[in-house]
Amino acid sequence: MELFSLTIAEAQRLLRKGEISNQELLRSVFDRIKNIDIKINAYVTITEEQAFDRLIAISGVNPSNPSCGIPIAIKDNLCTKGIKTTCSSKILGSFIPPYESAVTQKLLDSGYIFTGKTNLDEFAMGSSTENSGFFPTKNPWDIKRVPGGSSGGSAAAVSSGMCIAALGSDTGGSIRQPAAFCGVVGLKPTYGRVSRFGLIAFASSLDQIGPITKNVEDCAILMNIISGHDIKDSTCADFLAPDYTEVLKNGVKGLKIGMPKEYFIEGIDKDVENAVKLAIEQLAAMGAEVIPISLPHTEYSIAVYYILATSEASSNLARFDGVKYGLRIEGNNLLDMYLNTKSAGFGKEVKRRILLGTYSLSSGYYDAYYKKAQQVRTLIRKDFADAFKKVDVIITPTTPTPAFKLGEKMANPLQMYLNDIFTTPVNLAGIPAISIPCGLSKEGLPIGLQIIGRDFDEETILRTSYAFEQATEHHKRIPPI
Amino acid sequence: MKTFETVIGLEIHAQIRTKTKIFCGCSTSFGSDPNTQTCPICIGMPGVLPVLNKKVVEFVIKAGLATNCTISKYSRFARKNYFYPDLPKGYQISQFELPLCQRGSLTIDGKTININRIHIEEDAGKNIHDTSDIHSLVDLNRAGVPLMEIVTEPDIASPLEAGAFMRKLRAILRYLDVCDGNMEEGSLRCDANISLRPIGVKELGVKAEIKNLNSFRYVEKALEYEIGRQTKILQDGGRIIQETRLFNTQSGKTVSMRSKEESHDYRYFPEPDLVPIAVNGQWIDDIRKTITELPDQKAARFISDYKLPAYDANLLTIERYTADWFEEAVRLGGDPKQASNWMMGELMRLVNEKNISIEQSLLKPTHLVDMLKLVAEGTISGHTAKIVFEDMFNTGKTSSEIVKEKGLVQISDSGQLDTVIDEVISANSKEYLRYKAGETKLLGFFVGQVMKATKGKANPKLLNDTILKKLSL
Repeated sequence: MELFSLTIAEAQRLLRKGEISNQELLRSVFDRIKNIDIKINAYVTITEEQAFDRLIAISGVNPSNPSCGIPIAIKDNLCTKGIKTTCSSKILGSFIPPYESAVTQKLLDSGYIFTGKTNLDEFAMGSSTENSGFFPTKNPWDIKRVPGGSSGGSAAAVSSGMCIAALGSDTGGSIRQPAAFCGVVGLKPTYGRVSRFGLIAFASSLDQIGPITKNVEDCAILMNIISGHDIKDSTCADFLAPDYTEVLKNGVKGLKIGMPKEYFIEGIDKDVENAVKLAIEQLAAMGAEVIPISLPHTEYSIAVYYILATSEASSNLARFDGVKYGLRIEGNNLLDMYLNTKSAGFGKEVKRRILLGTYSLSSGYYDAYYKKAQQVRTLIRKDFADAFKKVDVIITPTTPTPAFKLGEKMANPLQMYLNDIFTTPVNLAGIPAISIPCGLSKEGLPIGLQIIGRDFDEETILRTSYAFEQATEHHKRIPPI
Repeated sequence: MKTFETVIGLEIHAQIRTKTKIFCGCSTSFGSDPNTQTCPICIGMPGVLPVLNKKVVEFVIKAGLATNCTISKYSRFARKNYFYPDLPKGYQISQFELPLCQRGSLTIDGKTININRIHIEEDAGKNIHDTSDIHSLVDLNRAGVPLMEIVTEPDIASPLEAGAFMRKLRAILRYLDVCDGNMEEGSLRCDANISLRPIGVKELGVKAEIKNLNSFRYVEKALEYEIGRQTKILQDGGRIIQETRLFNTQSGKTVSMRSKEESHDYRYFPEPDLVPIAVNGQWIDDIRKTITELPDQKAARFISDYKLPAYDANLLTIERYTADWFEEAVRLGGDPKQASNWMMGELMRLVNEKNISIEQSLLKPTHLVDMLKLVAEGTISGHTAKIVFEDMFNTGKTSSEIVKEKGLVQISDSGQLDTVIDEVISANSKEYLRYKAGETKLLGFFVGQVMKATKGKANPKLLNDTILKKLSL
């Protein structure tokens, strides 16, 4: 077995026993990157030199630290001190932050080492990583297909062994959907569970950082590191996070699983539907109780999401104006400079969303769009709260279809947006959800199972996921690359 | 010819006197080198987040309580979006719906001026245009400095009333120590909305907003000018256009800056990076307890306790330090009215001349009281006292020291005074003859000459009595 295909837990065990060195582990991963990233394009920036320097610097500091030197990939919208952070946008093409994001700092403090910064849809706006301002990332399962997005680089890197695990961010499905498309595990924690400090904002009330890993145990290990209060993020919950690895083995006996009828509808791919239903049956066979439920406002999610997310984005992206950092294209006057810089710096999808959001917030339209969307968001949140009075988790497909082909949906943004139909309601409600592999389509593409939990109840979804994973082999499948 | 009444409303921005900025740990002090008091948060770098300085909320609640506002138990921040190089995030974090304080009032000479709201916001930076022909520069030291915006109802009827409101508000904010009120440094500035309407009409006229007035005098002058301008337009049958105007301090005129059509659409929406401010009753009570006597209460007490005229009491209580100075003088045994006279007269004159505050002056209440004792004992004359007072002010020495050093002890010895008076009369025989011929107003001249000859040391009562006697001989 190649070292690059290890999980965090396996690597920790082997490192502790002294059967492998962290030097070897790092070497294996960087060799893997060298060999296959030409085909995948998962990385915007590869930090091999810094990684080995860091390994030397930290080795010996705490020799018993089992995570010392485990290589992690970081989505390129998380600020890393001294390392270029681009958001896959030309407007930040050469931006080097003078500060470290809260989550990457926690990883560094725990001894992890960064392999580099992974590609994303520019400013995390997209579902295929085709909106990257630099290049699209390919799906390791079929390089003619997209890896999903926006954390496509991270998911592709984890799936193809170009890192041991990765961090992504999820605003409307950006961790779960690429995790589903690439056959890996991706968790979007509860809003407020993980500090957003240093995450370059797309939509502040929806963004959340989470792990993308090869299995559920790794997901719990990374959650233990990145969760918890941070005084630098006022929206971060100010109570302690539990030990997520402790509850993994508690099983699903007596667990109540909700199956929302609105998520099993006409138009979803047959293979996806079958795989998800089969997974639910397997969980039932293990002692869980399946209860049909309804989330009646589901159909409004996409509309609400694209109003709120774009509104916040139009404001969040205003700071990229050429005045202080990043790209500046000079002009004859201030307005020219603004227009030149933003025209050249932002891609088509980002411009589209800034325009949509600006419109929604404009005086005269605010009540009909932004305000109405906030009201419906409350109803969507209530749908889930009501459902969680009856069930412990809700299980749905992560996406309506497996990975689609590059270019297939670029001409039709609405088709692209519909890909997020099962993931956006979770962000609107602020609750946690995971995507885990639950099978392959007839074409051999991974299918994702979404398990949604109560506010701050990542433990139950991790426990459910772990039980399923232990009973199945889906997570062991690796892409043919 | 129609007559109009003036309707004025003010929006006052007061810098909140915290040591650090509203959303980061940078210093708020004034006058540092450009961009030295900045960090990734206040210069709006990507990925950073604001964290509210709790002191800011506390100070604004304090201001709200002192201006009779209702404190909102639940309020929140909003983003005000517009593009400008001195606004690093492309939006200002402010409050829109649900401000922290609502529905307050201040009383100006018995008239109630209602306050619509007081909300919290962050200041922007500063653009510098005069250092280069090609580029403008941006200084972000001020970006993120906390401000409170105090918005009045259109209850103000004249420029003088507007000025009085500003003065009263400044006094209160300084008493509370929540704003230093320094208008030159921009710690307190004002936008004034003004419209006219025919007397008897209920509906408001079309208003003009005059931006960024940074002295009481400018507030009054700009509004005076605006009344003239709008009156003329209306008298001529014209219509006022709703617009924003700037006051030119050189010409004393206001000029149009932008019309309503050109005004920004700020696209306000709730700030998602900050949680709402929840204020409980206990916190409000705790803050209320820290509010000491305010200017109006103090003035009322000065009138009743020290029998001061209202004029004195109001003037002495504008600044807390001045009021404390006065009370210390009284406590040390000074006569209230005498202390007040000296403070409002000589002390104010001297600090204004030197352009310093009473606080900075070397002269302390004990100086004044000791000096008043020397006057009462007859050791020095009232005239000499003025000289001693100025000397104490300049040097910080005690009155006894100064009197001793300069030999200023009053001449109360009649023999000594007789000699001087005789000399003066004989040296001014012409005036003496005129006096004798009935020109009695020359008495003052002779008194003055004797004072001059004695360097002001003559006991005035003795001098007056003696000189009258001698002249009538």
